[in-house]
This record gives sequence, C-alpha cells and structure tokens, in this order.
Amino acid sequence: MRRIYRRVERIAGNVIAVRASGVGYRELAEVVSARGRSLAQVIRQEGDVVSLQVFAGSRGISTEAQVRFLGHPMRTAYSGSLLGRVFTGSGEPRDGRPAIDENPTEIGGPSVNPSRRVIPRRMIRTGIPMIDVFNTLVESQKLPIFSVAGEPYNPLLARIALQAEVDVIVLGGMGLKHDDYLFFRDTLDEAGALARSILFVHTAADPVVECLMVPDISLAVAERFALDGRRVLVLLTDMTNFSDALKEVAITMEQIPSNRGYPGDLYSQLAARYEKAVDFEGAGSITILAVTTMPGDDVTHPVPDNTGYITEGQFYLRGGRIEPFGSLSRLKQLVNGETRGDHRTIMNSMIQIYASFRETQEKMAMGFRMSDWDRKLLRYGGRFESEMMGLDVNIPLEGALDRGWAILADCFEPAETGIPSRLIERFWPRGGRAGPGPAGG
Amino acid sequence: MRESVGKITGINGNMVSVGFTGPVIQNEVAYLAIGDLRLKAEVIRVRGGVADLQVFEDTTGLTVGGHVEFTGELLSAELGPGLLGQVFDGLQNPLHPLAERCGFFLRRGTYLEAVPRDRAWAFTPSIEPGRRVRAGDVIGTVPEGIFAHRIMVPFSLQGSWVVEDVAPAGEWRADHVVARLGDGSRGHEVRMIQRWPVKIPIGGYAERLRPTEPLITRMRILDTFFPVARGGTYCIPGPFGAGKTVLQQLTSRHAEVDVVIVAACGERAGEVVETLREFPHLEDPRTGRTLMERTIIICNTSSMPVAAREASVYTAVTLAEYYRQMALNVLLLADSTSRWAQALREMSGRLEEIPGEEAFPAYLESVMAAFYERGGVVRLRDGGLGSVTIGGAVSPAGGNFEEPVTQATLKVVGAFHGLSRERSNARRFPAIDPLDSWSKYPSIVGGEDLELARRILREGNDVNQMMKVVGEEGTALADFVVYLKGEYLDAVYLQQDAYDPVDGASSSERQRHVFGLIARVLRMPMGFEDKDAARRFFQELGQVTRDWNRAAMGADEFVRIEGRIGAMLAEVAEHAQDLSAG
Ligand SMILES: Nc1ncnc2c1ncn2[C@@H]1O[C@H](COP(=O)(O)OP(=O)(O)O)[C@@H](O)[C@H]1O
Ligand SMILES: [Mg+2]
Repeated sequence: MRRIYRRVERIAGNVIAVRASGVGYRELAEVVSARGRSLAQVIRQEGDVVSLQVFAGSRGISTEAQVRFLGHPMRTAYSGSLLGRVFTGSGEPRDGRPAIDENPTEIGGPSVNPSRRVIPRRMIRTGIPMIDVFNTLVESQKLPIFSVAGEPYNPLLARIALQAEVDVIVLGGMGLKHDDYLFFRDTLDEAGALARSILFVHTAADPVVECLMVPDISLAVAERFALDGRRVLVLLTDMTNFSDALKEVAITMEQIPSNRGYPGDLYSQLAARYEKAVDFEGAGSITILAVTTMPGDDVTHPVPDNTGYITEGQFYLRGGRIEPFGSLSRLKQLVNGETRGDHRTIMNSMIQIYASFRETQEKMAMGFRMSDWDRKLLRYGGRFESEMMGLDVNIPLEGALDRGWAILADCFEPAETGIPSRLIERFWPRGGRAGPGPAGG
Repeated sequence: MRESVGKITGINGNMVSVGFTGPVIQNEVAYLAIGDLRLKAEVIRVRGGVADLQVFEDTTGLTVGGHVEFTGELLSAELGPGLLGQVFDGLQNPLHPLAERCGFFLRRGTYLEAVPRDRAWAFTPSIEPGRRVRAGDVIGTVPEGIFAHRIMVPFSLQGSWVVEDVAPAGEWRADHVVARLGDGSRGHEVRMIQRWPVKIPIGGYAERLRPTEPLITRMRILDTFFPVARGGTYCIPGPFGAGKTVLQQLTSRHAEVDVVIVAACGERAGEVVETLREFPHLEDPRTGRTLMERTIIICNTSSMPVAAREASVYTAVTLAEYYRQMALNVLLLADSTSRWAQALREMSGRLEEIPGEEAFPAYLESVMAAFYERGGVVRLRDGGLGSVTIGGAVSPAGGNFEEPVTQATLKVVGAFHGLSRERSNARRFPAIDPLDSWSKYPSIVGGEDLELARRILREGNDVNQMMKVVGEEGTALADFVVYLKGEYLDAVYLQQDAYDPVDGASSSERQRHVFGLIARVLRMPMGFEDKDAARRFFQELGQVTRDWNRAAMGADEFVRIEGRIGAMLAEVAEHAQDLSAG
C-alpha cells in the first residue's frame, strides 16, 4: 500500500512534520517538492503528527510537498557489483554509473550476540613500527586516529589500508573536502585497490543529514561482506564531522545538550557504530579504522573523549608522528605474545626509557645540569625518534625489533634498561653492540 | 488477575507514550506489540491517562495505535539453581541459548527463561512439615557446582506460614513444587524458582554487620595500600585506557570470594568475550573447578539497548544478594557505572525533566547511593555470614573526577582507587594513584610499616616535584635517596606485571613477607658516595627485586634472590656506617 500525504504542517531545521497514520517508527519516506526528491526518515511520533528528518535538508520544501511513506526503514543494496563504486551517504551513485538495488539490507541492524564473539588473534601488519611494535593493530579491532586538523591523517589511513591484507575496503567519508575524496579515490586506484573498495562519500558540500547515514550504510555493507567470509576494513573519516551532524540535529529537535552542545546519547550513538567491528566465527571480519579530529587539540573534547571510551585504543598523530604516549592498542597483548619472543620486552622497555628521556628533556629545557644518565637518555631519545617514530620508517615487525635492540645496546648497559635478567641473557646483542639481531625467537 | 491494556500515542527513540485503561503501576513491565513480536518495556512515569514507558529494545517499526499489555509485575529477576556459569543480557536473557536460537545477532522480542528448566537437581530437604517459616527460610538444598544452593521460601512472601508438605530427597527440576505452605486460609507452593523485583533489595537476613574482613584481590597495591573489605564498596574512576577494565578482569580472576558477578554495563562487547571464552578453561586454584563455575556474566554492552543497561546493574546486584543468602561471599564488578548513569540521563532528557549538572538528572546521587547500599555483610537467620562486595568502574568525562558521577560515587563508597593518566602513560600498572587513592578498610599488613611506606611515597614525590624546579644538583643526597626509595617501592611493589604468571597474583602471605623486606629497605639508613652511586644501587636492587617477584614463593630461585637482596642491603648498610664513621 502506498500512503501519500500532501500537507506539511511544520518545517524547522531539517525536520518536517505531517499528519499521518499507520506509520512505523524510523520508516522511510520520499519527499517530493519543486526542488526535487529526497528521502526522509521518521524520527518522532506524537499522536498523528509524524516528524521526519529530510536527508537533503528542508531548504526549498513547500507546505504542499508530497510525502510518500515507503513501508520500510533505511536500506542499502548488497552485491559484488558495489565493488569499485562510489556512492553518497544515502546510497545514490556518485560516479555517474547506474544505481544498484540488489539484496536490500536494513542499515543499523541488531548487535552481535556477545556470546558469539571470538577473541581476536590475527595481527594486521602495517610496516609502521609505532603500530606493529608498540601498538599492534588486530583484525576486528576498532581504532581511531586522534589528530589535530592539518596532520596527515588521511594519507596515514590510506597507507594502512593499502598495506593491510584485507579482502574489501569500505571507505565512509563524512564532511570530506572534495580534494580528500579525490585523494582517496586516486590513491586506491593507483595501488590497484579500487576494485576491492567501496566508497560512501559525504563531502562538506552535501546535506548534513546524509553525513549521518555514512557510518551505518558503510557498516551494513561491510557486515554483509563479512558474513560472506570476507575480511573487511572500514575506514571512517572524520567521525568528528559525524558527531557534529548529530549535534546539529539534536539541537533542531530541542534536545537538552549534555556537554558542549552535544546530545546526551553521543556515547551510545558512537558505540552503536564502532561496535559493528567483529570477527564472525567461521566467516569474515570487520576492522574499523577511523579518524577523529580533535578540536583545539583537546582530547577531553566530548568527541575524542567518548570515542576513547568506546574504541579499542587510539593512535595519536602529532607533529607527523604517532605519539607513544596516549597511543594504545588495547588488543595488542592478544597477538604480541605470538609474534617473536622479544616483542613485549622491546615494547615495554623502549617506551619506559623513552618516558625518562622526555623527563630529561624537560630538565634540560629548564637549564639543569645533565648527569651521565641524562646524557645517555638524550642520545637514546634522539635515535628512538628518528629510527622508530618517523612515519617515513617502513619496515616489517622483525626488522623493527632488531633495530630496537641495536639502539638499546648502543646506548645502555643491560641493567640500566630494567629488562629482566633472563630476557637480557636471551636477547641482548653479544658484545654490547648491535649484532645481526637476537638469536632467540 | 487484572488486565490493563493500552494503545501507543507517541514514540520518541526508546521512549513510548501509552494511553491506557485500568490500573497501571510505576515500574511495571509492559509489552508492546509489533507484528508477532512483543517488546518489553517498563513504566517510568504516569500522567493522567498516559504512561511513559522506556522500551528495552529497538523501537523501529512501532506504530501509533499499537497494542500494549501491562503485566502488573515489576521488572524482576528469576532466581534458582543453574544461574552460575551463565551469561545474561541486562534483562537476564541467557545469551548462549539465544545464540542457539537466533544465530550471530541478537533478536528483539525474544525472551528466554533464565533458570534452566530441563535440568534435574538433587534436592535434599532440610525442614519438616509443621515448622513455621517466613520469607528467606531454607526448605532444602541442591548442589550447584561446589556450593549447596539453598532453596528458600520466596522473599516476596509476607507473614508467617506453616510447612504442610516437603518434597522428599530426589532429583527434581527447578519448576517442581518442593514444599507447600499454608497460613490457615491460603496455601502457597514453593518451587526452586522464585522471582524478585530487581530494583528492591532482598531482605530476609537477621542483621547487617560492619565490613571488616579483607577481601584479598592478590594485587599488592590494593590489599596492602587500598584494601577492599568483604561486604564493602569501592570505585575505580579513571580516564579511558588507564586500566579500569583490566583491573576488574584481574580481580574477577584472583579475588578470594565464592561467587563473582561481572556486570559489563554499556562498554565494549569484546572485553567480555575474553572472560566468556577463557573462564570455562581456567582453573580456580582454590577449588580445582573452572572459574566459570563461580561466575555469572551480565552483559549489556554499549551497542545493546540503552534502557536494558540501566536494568543490568540491578539484575546483577539482585543475583548477588540471592547468593549472599546462601552464606556466600559475592563480588559484584560493574564496568562501567557511568554508562548506567548516562542511560538515566538519556531517559531523563526524553522525559523533559529539569536537568542537573552536565544534564544528569537531579536524582542521580540518591540512585547511586541506593545501589551501593546494596553491598554489605549480613548475618543470616541461621547464624551464617554472607556478603556482597561492590566494585564499580567510573568513566568520567574528560577524565575529570569533578564530574557528577564520580562525585556522587565518592560520597558513598568505602574505598577509592583513582587511576591516573600519568601512571598509565608511563606504563606503571596498575595505574592506581598512590597519593590520591584511599580506603576506609583495614590492610593486611601492620600499621607502622604501612605508615612508613606512605610517608616515603609522599616525601619521595615532594623531592621529585622539587627537583623539577631546582634540578638534581640542587637536591641534597639524603633527599635524593628518599626519592629513590619511593621510586623503588613504586617499581617493585605498587607496580605488578599482570601478564606474568607469578607476579600477576600475589597471595596475602607473600605480600606480608615481601612487604616486610621492602619496609626494611625503606627504613634503612643508607650512605652513598654520590647520586650516581645511589641511582646505580637502586637500579640494581630494583632489577633483582623484580626478578624476585617473578620467582614462585618457596622455590630455590626465590630463596636465592632473597639472599642476594640481603647481601646487597648488608653492603650499603656497612657503607653507611663507614661514611658516618669516616
Ligand atoms: N595491570 C596492567 N598491566 C599491563 N597493562 C595494563 C594493565 N592495565 C591496563 N593495561 C593496559 O592498558 C590498556 C587499557 O586498559 P583498560 O583496562 O582497558 O582501560 P580502561 O578500562 O580504563 O579504559 C590495556 O589494553 C593494557 O594495554
Ligand atoms: Mg574499560
């Protein structure tokens, strides 16, 4: 049954209201006005007054616009022919090629039963020591890059995506600059990865409501591929734009804000998306890498703050490097015990000594005399920063571990590193100088 | 039976307004029809002929005019044998059976029984006909794992009753009638299963006692410095990534209690999975059985329905109180109470209540206080003791402890384990701040040594702060040694390697022994040529002591290293004398 209404009672922000009956909560409608067609979704019902959020915005909508209810909530198509294609946040083609409507799949579907989840066990190699050694990325992990505007977060995202061994890449772009969208498309294309990628792109110029759909539609498609046995990597950039879109809509709906204007359910909204990351036992997996730009470089801003509580760690990108402090992969211990016997030792001791180096740096900045120990730390810190932290470093995990021992042995006596004696015996390079690498494994 | 019904008049997220006829009770459960499905909801406000309900499920597809049935029953937990080892959602839906029925995904509107009906239990009656009983009195027991699970007169039964009939010893299913009670005019059938409204504390004990017995967690910084008592309450606030969840996971493994209830409330599903998958294979060294046999997981993680998140902590504490009534020590770990507070905030916003600080509702404090008050030690009517200990993680916005949830919690708990960002950044785990944290419960070590240790930590920190201003060269050697002692204590005692099989769990016996030696180090006068010599000494002593921490107590290695430490100490002591003599 098609139900068409022709009288819009209220227009405010991106929300319109009509009087209608028999409408389901979150049902989709098509709104046709002189300006064109747009999808809209039911977000509130009071008696027979139905409020709808219009994807294309309410600009140009007349009180006589035609509202036709579709009888189902938001859906996306699912098929192999999505690969290599670019769509908008509401699933319309953006690349001038025909629309796809096979296997309509509801977006924002139910959660995975926690009892069906498995413990993730597979490392994703990136060739970046700050990730592979210190904060290993794991298949089915959800992890954001916290960054100030201006940092190369999108290139970093693209680099990880290309280096990771996955079957399908889904890019969800929110509020992307058009240039950044083209950057992703071209980078994937040049690396020959576009044919295994699907792009859902909302640019800064597009209607804000479409921004809200991007994570859900990207993740719904990813979920179907994963259930069909594929290992899917979902890239979401920038989740702060998504959160700002939520804020805008909440304010239009006159919700009471909780913190700096953001709605009280920001945490739940973000969690609903990030928790889609999963490893389906006996099928594929979804790994989510996101970007969260931090307004004013403030990690206590509600968006990075809530994100940090949801995701399984975060990479801080600052000064073109992944910062060791604050950066965290919460799943690393699930995989770094099985890589190489010295992985955890290098990971822990190098960071602890690097922390002491930072303290010494502060002392030096205050003009204090440097002790022998301080001088050792300074030497170490310099080498750590250039040989391990730089984003231009691209070596496999094993090479990075060898390099770690070499730096330690060049700078310190074994006891100064705080490494347990039995590990020193096993791994410390012979002769105190960097050898070809530890014998143990 | 009354039958109240209604029709949906409004839908806003998970809040639904319902016009009704017949009586409606605050907090009663209602079901909303959507096609063949019935979605569970709870009445949270009544105004005129309209009730506002929070729906425990996704409301997509509900329609205005939809049919609503009120049940007349408050939101309740099902109590009976077979709860241990299970994994439930916030509404006590068993998740393993649900997965068998629905596959990978949760399916709304599917509600299964919490207490298994298909299993028979070896019932032993412990009461004769003719006896007078009241709510909470024991009818008999069934073995559940290593425990004698008490079958009790339903807590909801009022007044005094006479036992008319008791089932003989035998194998009965949980819904079998095991006793008949009468009070002259009425009769009541007692089964192994009873129901109890989760938001009301279970009574039925003789008296509440003060928590004084330590609850050993086998974490040094806790048991020695910031102890938890059986029946006490404590909180773990900390910014994200500081180690709240790991701390709770470690506690759930190592704590010396009978039953552990893990309430994964609104945080990551992945974190529960480790417990869920590993506990069935991990042996509890105290009992020889798997850890899962003493554990119940209530799992309402962040992407599961928000209203059920609020219910989950109440379901958890109700199950805890139920096992307490069997003279067991129960530990409830909730991660994170902030998510539950946020669930309250979301609903309060939809109800358009006047918001308090950070938009939390004004009743936040009293709700938190009432929850933690459900912890405690009780003397049961048969003289046995049971306890519920509650440990709640708190996730303060921006890591700032001044926010409402942390503050409301601090007012009511007996111990505060504050995690610090600096310590977790420096990988000093567990990242509990030794200067900020406190506990009102007694420690497992003696007062004098403990005072000394605290003083060294404080003074060491002062010296460190001062050094940041005047530099190492402006610091006296004696002060510098105090600083090194503080760092040593931190490195070898406060910090603990959770991933080391030996260091990961330290018995109270070991803690007393090791702490005795550490206190000796702290007390000892020490003399060094200069600061570099002092630093070298402590670096080496630290190294050796950490090796000691990794040696099993009593093993040759342990004895050998202890001897080595003794020798090192004797040497500096001698040197101190030389220096003061010369
Ligand atoms: N006791 C510990 N020992 C070693 N590492 C720890 C410890 N506690 C926390 N960590 C590290 O910190 C990370 C975050 O801890 P988690 O408990 O998940 O933090 P929170 O719950 O406070 O957000 C862990 O993944 C682990 O890498
Ligand atoms: Mg946590």
